[in-house]
Amino acid sequence: MNAVIYLVGGILSVAALLALYRAVRGPSILDRVLALDVVLAVVGAGLVLNMVVGRHLDNLVLLVTISLIGFIGSVTVARFVTDRK
Amino acid sequence: MINDVIVSVLLLGGALMSLAAGIGLVRFPDLLSRMHAATKPQVLGLLLLLLALAVEFESWVLVPVLVLCWIFQLLTSPVSAHMVGRAGYRTRHLRRDLLTLDELDDVVTRAARNDASHQSGRPAQIDTQE
Repeated sequence: MNAVIYLVGGILSVAALLALYRAVRGPSILDRVLALDVVLAVVGAGLVLNMVVGRHLDNLVLLVTISLIGFIGSVTVARFVTDRK
Repeated sequence: MINDVIVSVLLLGGALMSLAAGIGLVRFPDLLSRMHAATKPQVLGLLLLLLALAVEFESWVLVPVLVLCWIFQLLTSPVSAHMVGRAGYRTRHLRRDLLTLDELDDVVTRAARNDASHQSGRPAQIDTQE
């Protein structure tokens, strides 16, 4: 179980790094929004991992809030994006 | 013991979904294909992780909260993906050579033609009235 937890943490770190790479490089603002959405999903996965490791349920509200913030953020940016590269 | 195995598999699956999204974000060539990859961890990955949580804690009290969280994500992530795809199409952040079929193109050109005929029609009407 311990090894699995470290493995999952490592995989999540790699995923977050890849998404951050795209957020930094991303040619358009929409690419960056997508990448940051994925970063938020990875953060949510980290919260679940933290709950499983610590056997507590403190982060559930945070999980819902994070998905709400990601939704509002990406929709807002997509709504007001202009033709500028 | 068996619970540990199930939780491990579910956690690994959820994490691998995130990894797939990250790899897709880096490797895929344009916005629309990246969008498909990016929606993966938010729906299936989150489902696997929430299932892991449910198996780990083995309590029915938790289930409504987890179902709420997942349904919420299931409702919002297609909407945000749609908005991003729509904005990406309008601002031409896509590579047309990668598309096999562009169904939206017909609609857009027809709408533009209608728009143009309306705009050319309106001054003519004003002229006849005056």
